[in-house]
Amino acid sequence: MTVVVIGGLVLGLVSSPGWPTMQQTFFDPHHAKEVFPDLLDAIWLNIKMFLIAEVCILVVAMLLAMARVSRSPWLTPLRLLAVLYTDIVRGIPTILLVVLLAFGVPSLQLQGVTNSPFVWATVALVISYSAYVAEVFRSGIESVHPSQWASAQALGLSRGQTLRHVVVPQGVRRVVPPLLNDFVSLQKDTALASSAGVFEAVFVARDYTNYNFNYTPYVVVACFFIVMTVPLARLCDWLTARMRRRELAGAL
Amino acid sequence: MSALLSVAGLRKSYGDRVVLDDVSLSIEKHDVICLIGASGSGKSTLLRCLNLLEDIDDGVITFEGREISDPRVDARAVRSRLGMVFQAYNLFPHLSVLDNCTLAPRKVHGVRRADAEARARELLEKFGLADHAGKHPDRLSGGQQQRAALVRALCTSPTLLLLDEITAALDPELVGEVLEIVRAEAEAGMTMVIATHEMAFARDVATSVCFLDRGRILEQGPPSEIFSAPREERTREFLRRVLPGSGE
Ligand SMILES: Nc1ncnc2c1ncn2[C@@H]1O[C@H](COP(=O)(O)OP(=O)(O)OP(=O)(O)O)[C@@H](O)[C@H]1O
Ligand SMILES: [Mg+2]
Repeated sequence: MTVVVIGGLVLGLVSSPGWPTMQQTFFDPHHAKEVFPDLLDAIWLNIKMFLIAEVCILVVAMLLAMARVSRSPWLTPLRLLAVLYTDIVRGIPTILLVVLLAFGVPSLQLQGVTNSPFVWATVALVISYSAYVAEVFRSGIESVHPSQWASAQALGLSRGQTLRHVVVPQGVRRVVPPLLNDFVSLQKDTALASSAGVFEAVFVARDYTNYNFNYTPYVVVACFFIVMTVPLARLCDWLTARMRRRELAGAL
Repeated sequence: MSALLSVAGLRKSYGDRVVLDDVSLSIEKHDVICLIGASGSGKSTLLRCLNLLEDIDDGVITFEGREISDPRVDARAVRSRLGMVFQAYNLFPHLSVLDNCTLAPRKVHGVRRADAEARARELLEKFGLADHAGKHPDRLSGGQQQRAALVRALCTSPTLLLLDEITAALDPELVGEVLEIVRAEAEAGMTMVIATHEMAFARDVATSVCFLDRGRILEQGPPSEIFSAPREERTREFLRRVLPGSGE
């Protein structure tokens, strides 16, 4: 069935009147071969950016989530700050954050502060995604049943210990699938760094395209991204399914 | 005056709904107090108040001669001396049975991991759970989970054990194995306050039975008295309902 549908689509594409031109500008094997090594080098920058950003996002998001679920009165300013941060950051399109930081910070000409667009694009991604991931963490933490709090406190654990040993581990486990989902889209959003002049894959592809009037590099980059995200997406599906099985087993 | 724990004039309300009203109770060492009463009469709430899990509106609770209902008292220090087991077990699902049992000894009482594990294994063994120490709670039957929850509470060597209808969620054939442990603890001299619907069990182990009715302790006395010759009409009515054919 799928084969028939895909076959039909491909047939429709190939038999369309503009196909020969399109094939030349988008699917030219010569250009693909020529740009391939450069793109392979450039995609490493995307992967590096993704890995660095991911670790930072997890840390910042967890701190934000902790601030938001805290109860102690002297943490109230921090809590309000966390709410403000989440609201503002989630309202700004990620690409604007990238451009603003990567061009804005260097223009301040601060002493001892790096002007590297790579660094500032990564920082922008961390800022943007940590606001989302913090909300994911928070929903996980808040989904843990109050009886777990009660029994931990009845054992004499403090609020902090209860969070650390009982509530957060359970909450995080529950949100692993949506978390992975966010990371799939983070992987793709490393491409936004191209607009900040980082020599990552999309930038290199655009560069080549501008000189050679051929769009094949874009198709190659798209394939790179697919190869990168598919494993993560499959892992996400697998974890979701496993969790569902566990929950069903628990309900019996 | 030498009571281990005493409650005087305790009042607790949720909003304008009074749940406990002028409750007074005194618990001596080695007492086994059973709280009986209809659903909603306030048994669970009373236990939660004793454990400082709920703020109270009025009254005084003293533990070993110290007033613990004072808001300045460190509730954690008090809770770490009291054990509590809930109707729904409330084991930590992400930890193995052994880790469930060693968490509080290690994190609250500062016991070394090896010592905490040795003690937990000893108790698990005693209660027939030795084979399940490494398993997660969802692999255990209800009865096994509740026994594990009891072991978890006992691992901190509490001075007083609060049990809230710990057999109410169990299949009838599993009730016995759990009550057996409670009985053994009672015989070993553990001081306990037990909310229960198991009248035969209460008659058997209690040193004193309290009948709660709409947030008040209507009647308290030794089980022989409460079950055979209750003073209050409402107690008689309740017992007639829960003990059909008991020759009232
Ligand atoms: N968190 C709460 N908020 C508002 N009302 C509550 C709360 N907890 C308990 N109540 C009310 O307090 C009353 C006493 O409840 P409690 O759970 O102590 O009764 P119980 O004697 O333990 O009943 P059961 O035998 O069903 O466990 C009930 O009417 C209940 O509706
Ligand atoms: Mg109850």
